[in-house]
Amino acid sequence: MSRTSLHPITIGLLLLAGVAAPLLFPAYTNQIAVLWLMIVFASTWDILGGQMGYNSLGNIFFFGAGMYTSAVVQIGLFYDVGMYTSGARTTHIVFTTAQYFTGFALGMMAAGVAAALLALATSWIVFGLRGPYFAIGTLGVAVAGAELIASWEWVGAAGGISMPVFPGAPEVQKLFFYFLLFGLAFVVLVFLRWLYSTNFGLAINAIRDDEEKAEAMGLYTGRYKRTAWAISAFFLGIAGAIFGNMTGFIEPRDIAFPTTTFNIFMILMVLLGGKGTFWGPVVGAVVFHVIKEVTWTYFLGWQFVALGLLIVIIVVYFQQGIVGWLMEKYPERFGIRVAPKEKQDLARPASLSPQPEGAE
Amino acid sequence: MTDAIIELVNVNKSFGGVIANRDVSLTVERGAITGLIGPNGSGKTTLFNSIVGYHPIDSGTIRFEGREISQLRVQEIARLGLLRTFQTTRIYGKMSCVQNMQISIPHRKAAFFDMFAYERAGVIERAEHLLAFVGLYEKRFLRAGSLSFGQQKLLEFAMALMNEPTVLLLDEPTAGINPTLINGLIDRLKRANAEFGITMLIIEHNMRVIMNMASKIYCLAHGEMLAAGEPDEIQRNQNVIDAYLGAH
Repeated sequence: MSRTSLHPITIGLLLLAGVAAPLLFPAYTNQIAVLWLMIVFASTWDILGGQMGYNSLGNIFFFGAGMYTSAVVQIGLFYDVGMYTSGARTTHIVFTTAQYFTGFALGMMAAGVAAALLALATSWIVFGLRGPYFAIGTLGVAVAGAELIASWEWVGAAGGISMPVFPGAPEVQKLFFYFLLFGLAFVVLVFLRWLYSTNFGLAINAIRDDEEKAEAMGLYTGRYKRTAWAISAFFLGIAGAIFGNMTGFIEPRDIAFPTTTFNIFMILMVLLGGKGTFWGPVVGAVVFHVIKEVTWTYFLGWQFVALGLLIVIIVVYFQQGIVGWLMEKYPERFGIRVAPKEKQDLARPASLSPQPEGAE
Repeated sequence: MTDAIIELVNVNKSFGGVIANRDVSLTVERGAITGLIGPNGSGKTTLFNSIVGYHPIDSGTIRFEGREISQLRVQEIARLGLLRTFQTTRIYGKMSCVQNMQISIPHRKAAFFDMFAYERAGVIERAEHLLAFVGLYEKRFLRAGSLSFGQQKLLEFAMALMNEPTVLLLDEPTAGINPTLINGLIDRLKRANAEFGITMLIIEHNMRVIMNMASKIYCLAHGEMLAAGEPDEIQRNQNVIDAYLGAH
């Protein structure tokens, strides 16, 4: 964790994968775009859930908040939002190319900033809670967000908003959003690698290992927790803005604040890949996304059964995740050293060596 | 008159109907090693927790360097330079020893953007120096959680030194440590006191240890201050002997 940036070869491979994927599998461009989104989900969830030991069930709140902020900015720059979203509207509204891209660019920035500010605002409430109470508290924030939007006429309430239409051919649109999501995932990975190499990374690890000790050592724990929460919110807000425009139609319960799908997926991907590791969330996202796409395609109707089964298997048998398991098996490869076994410990099976605490 | 760095006047603390500390007064002199003894359940750790702001006190005054600190929170008190170690050793188990040390730097003047500071060569050097001081240099890249209990205790002590405290409150530093290691620890505590000028207040059950180190000893029993004085006086004090043997 001491490296400050990704290895140049890793960066090269990432860029290569990002550019080559839509060229090699043009039929799956959208699915791969969503895969990058999943990597953003998993990696930003891991900031709190893995590195800081705060299992949040409410990260999706920032995704939805960003999506709606962006929509309001994109529409509000040129039209009256209440009129645009009104169910009684009969006129057809078209955004010019210039309007679309200025609106989208500003909307994306606003989404990130608004989500981060909302994170700071909610942090005063949720960080008063610990352990399972924190998880439930954050879930409450996400559910409340969805219900609030669903009853707010000005932003279309439960009926949702039809987003401005992309001014271009469908093929161009596909690639445009693909590269936006890939770019976001790439920035998130580079940023997190840097972040984890600074004192910040050490401090949130210290909070995970023993928060009371960190307080007793004079660490500004509150400041670190709020900032971590705001950082993941910032990237999720931008992700929401992009995804909202990609789908073209947003509504609160299933697209903006999907507490039972995306929200659970992000946690599941991290658990599958290995929480608290840099590559775990990425590996988890890839494996999970493939499993999910396969079940959704070939076992439609049974997909949630398969998903539930996967959750049970991971939580019961495979808590440390893929990368976590590799780190335990080959610690030297990851630069971790554990105490050499003392003589009287030789009889002990390897499974008794220090293990990561359960999923809490 | 010597310089009092910590001053407690008539501190009271009760949990529901249980009175943990009743009118406890105590003075720690700058640069000295002060001991706090007493039978199990006599309120020593409660007193420690009160001093470091872990819980509010019911009444009384706690002054650190002349400043009232009984209303401050744990982190604020720690940043003033009044640090405590725990009876049940607490370290950051999944991080390496060096990382444990790196994050223990003093946070007194940390500004917002210091959160994103890199490890500095000076910090690493100091961390390794202190790890060598407690005898953990060879194990510096090991996961702290994989060390033995005694070694974790030494690591916790090194972390406390890394924080450059003015006063160190040690809660049973030798509990659970192999008897042969105890002498080494006493030696290091004394050296930290003499070389780094750190004032210490130590809770200890091991009489040989505390009589050896402290220049002044307080004895608590049933939440009240039973006796105070130099080690020789305390050892001869009939009340103290009775308290330990249960005649109280």
